[in-house]
Formats: sequence, structure tokens, C-alpha cells
Amino acid sequence: MTNSASTDVIIIGAGPVGLFAVFQLGLARLQAHLVDILDKPGGQCAELYPEKPIYDIPGLPVCTGQELTDRLLEQIKPFDPVFHLGEMAAALGKTADGLWQLTTDTGGTISAPVLVIAAGGGSFVPKRPPLPGIEAYEGRSVFYAVRRIEEFRGRHIVIAGGGDSALDWTVNLAPIAGSLTLLHRRAEFRAAPDTVRKMRELEAQGLVRFELGQPVGLKGGDGQLEAVTVKRADGSTDDIAADRLLPFFGLTMKLGPIANFGLNLNENLIPVDTERFETSETGIFAVGDINAYPGKLKLILSGFHEAALMAQAAHRHVHPDKVLRFQYTTSSSELQRLLKVA
Amino acid sequence: MFLNVRMPDGTSHRLEALDGWRLMEVIRDWGLPIKAECGGACACATCHVWVDAKWLAKLPEVSDEELEMLDGAFHVDERSRLCCQILMTEELDGLEVELAPESLADAPLAHVAVGS
Repeated sequence: MTNSASTDVIIIGAGPVGLFAVFQLGLARLQAHLVDILDKPGGQCAELYPEKPIYDIPGLPVCTGQELTDRLLEQIKPFDPVFHLGEMAAALGKTADGLWQLTTDTGGTISAPVLVIAAGGGSFVPKRPPLPGIEAYEGRSVFYAVRRIEEFRGRHIVIAGGGDSALDWTVNLAPIAGSLTLLHRRAEFRAAPDTVRKMRELEAQGLVRFELGQPVGLKGGDGQLEAVTVKRADGSTDDIAADRLLPFFGLTMKLGPIANFGLNLNENLIPVDTERFETSETGIFAVGDINAYPGKLKLILSGFHEAALMAQAAHRHVHPDKVLRFQYTTSSSELQRLLKVA
Repeated sequence: MFLNVRMPDGTSHRLEALDGWRLMEVIRDWGLPIKAECGGACACATCHVWVDAKWLAKLPEVSDEELEMLDGAFHVDERSRLCCQILMTEELDGLEVELAPESLADAPLAHVAVGS
């Protein structure tokens, strides 16, 4: 099923800078849609360090990554942004009438005169274990997510990792698997205690085998896995017979399809000017950690500043015939109406 | 004081370090491509190093948090540390570490790539 939307501005990345861009664009009366591969807004702040303190947000002596996200969401609420969460920005094209058209990996499209890339360090994607030849098995025997449980029925599964994903899928797949081995380097888990308890129960019933060790190699051919080679704490190795491997080692950031958008790139960053934060393509802007310019500092507050200037330029691009008069939220009744405080 | 870093490509680098700086910050500040995605918050596992065995006893103990985050690294052994969790001190002058391949950044960092 596909859907299509059109708006004033498409923002790739719902991290703090993408969220604040909604605010600045909103003050310029521009409507925004946000696309993010994560299933929640907040980007790194929500995914990597929701509980960690941040000390360098102006006016907030200390707040956590999640608090900052929550406050930004509250701040942009009056502008009713549309979120496309759990979707990866996959391809960029142009419509017949000259709008940017972004296609996501779910097949949906969004078109707009302005595209803002606020993608930080790139898309969060599963970490790929450094096992020689693993690419050939991916999508056939090695999976980083479970889309349909039925595809694992009767399979001999190795789940590697010790976090919530590893434990959740161990508990969910054990009843239907031919065999299931949970492989982790230590006997402690960073997962919900209740899930760990369930895993231990399944182990006692013989439905789960728990092995201490780390994957170091794959055996098989033509993408068909036959065994996972495991290294033990004492340095010895042995094989666990398996036709499916699910590695759950967390997420890492990759630039991803943005690299194919036709923009000038410099070492995986997008060069911009420091007046509009526009890229090599007219109407495409880049703000936050993903952009590059002389003197750039990768700070959230730099991204906020960049978003404010970008919004001025975006308005000129969307409404070339209109003048955007600069106003302050403290004194402008018009802006206060937009913010729904007056 | 100095920190000796071996990169996954086999090159070795002797980096001048400042007292109180995190190893990760020293490596990053000299422009070596270390991923360090979370910026030093002990919240990813992309500054994984193997510490030369003779230095292990001089290091601060591994916290529970670091131990948990190391679950997201590969080829973890008793020499494994997240180098954002080790602060340089006089006692560590000459420390030798090797960066794990998964902690290698795809490209140099912004301030290196565009610095004047």
C-alpha cells in the first residue's frame, strides 16, 4: 500500500535539529513533514542517550536526551508536523512541476518545494558483525529483524546478543523453532528482567539452549547457513549447527541512500553555505551534524541556529513573491496566534 | 604524555595527550577516524579498543555500564575497553591501545575534513 503527501517542507531526520526546524519553519508559516527511520522522534537523543545529561542547551542547565526531545515536541505542537516514523528516506526525484519528491522505503512519497536534510550521523541501521562473507547470507540466512515469525518455524536458529531484542526474540521464537540457541558473551543480560526470567524458563524446558561465546565465523554456501563458529572465553572455537542467524548488537549510523541524492558530499558530510545552509542543489538544505562548513561545531545549538536561518531561505524559496517580515515571538501577536498562546 | 594507538589498517600513531582527557577524545582530536557515535556518553560501543595486556592493571575498573555497552561490540575479550571511559593520567603515559575495526569511522570527522 502506498500513499502520497504534499507539503511545504520535507525534513529528513526527527532528531533535535529536525524538530526545531519545524518550529522555525512554522513561524514562517511553512508546514513540515518529518521522515525518520526510528520508530520514535528524538534521533540520537532518544536512541543513544535518552537518560544521559546534556549540559550545553542554552537556558537549560541540565536535561536528558529524552527530556530535550519531549520539550521540543511540546514546542512544535502548535505547528502540527506530520511524522513518517519507521521509514527510511530511500530515493529523491522531481515531479513534473518541479517539486522535490521523496520516496521512502515503504513506497510512500512526499513532495514539496523544499527538502531539509537533518539526518545527523545518518540512518540508524543494525550493526553488522564482522564475520567474513556475512553479506552473502544476509536476507537468506542472516536477518537483523523478524518481519514474519512464520518464516522461522522449524528453523535452527542462533540469536546472538544480550539486549532486549535478543531476549525478546529468543522468547518469541523458541516455541516455533526447530532449535534455538541464544549466544552471548556473558551470563548477564541488558534486558527486561521479566524477559530474562522467561528465557531461563524456556531453557529449563529445553526449548532454548544458552551458550557463552561470540560469533566469529559462518559456515555454509550460496547464502545457506549451516553453522555459526563460536569463540569461547578461553579462546577455543567450535561450531553450532544453524540455518538462521539473528545478530542483535544494537544500531549504528550510516549515511545510507542520501549519498545517492546527487548532492555534493565531502567525507560523508554535506557542504553548505553559512547564510542559508543550502546544499549544491537549490531548495535542498542541510542542518545539524550532517552538514559541513568552515568552523562547524557538532553541537545541538549549532543546528538550532542553522535551522533558524534555513527557515528564512526556505520561505523565500516556497513563496518567492512574499516578503517574510522578521518578528519576535515576545511581541508579535501574529506569531503568538501561530503558537496558539494569544 | 603520550598515547600509542594502533589502527585497524596496521598503522601506529603516537599522540600527545592531555591530563584528564578521555582516550577517545585524544584520538578524535588528532583526527584519527574513530566512530565514537555517542560522543563519549558510554551509550554506544563504537570506541572499542583492545588495551595492551601490560597496561590493564593500571586502568580504572570497568563500570557495570561500560560492561553492558561492550555487549554491542565485537571480538570482546579481557583487553576490551570503551576508550571514552578511560581518562589520561600521568600513570598512563605511554599507554598502548588498538582500535577495533567496528569502531573505525567511515570518514574523518567534520572538524578535520573542513578545518582551515
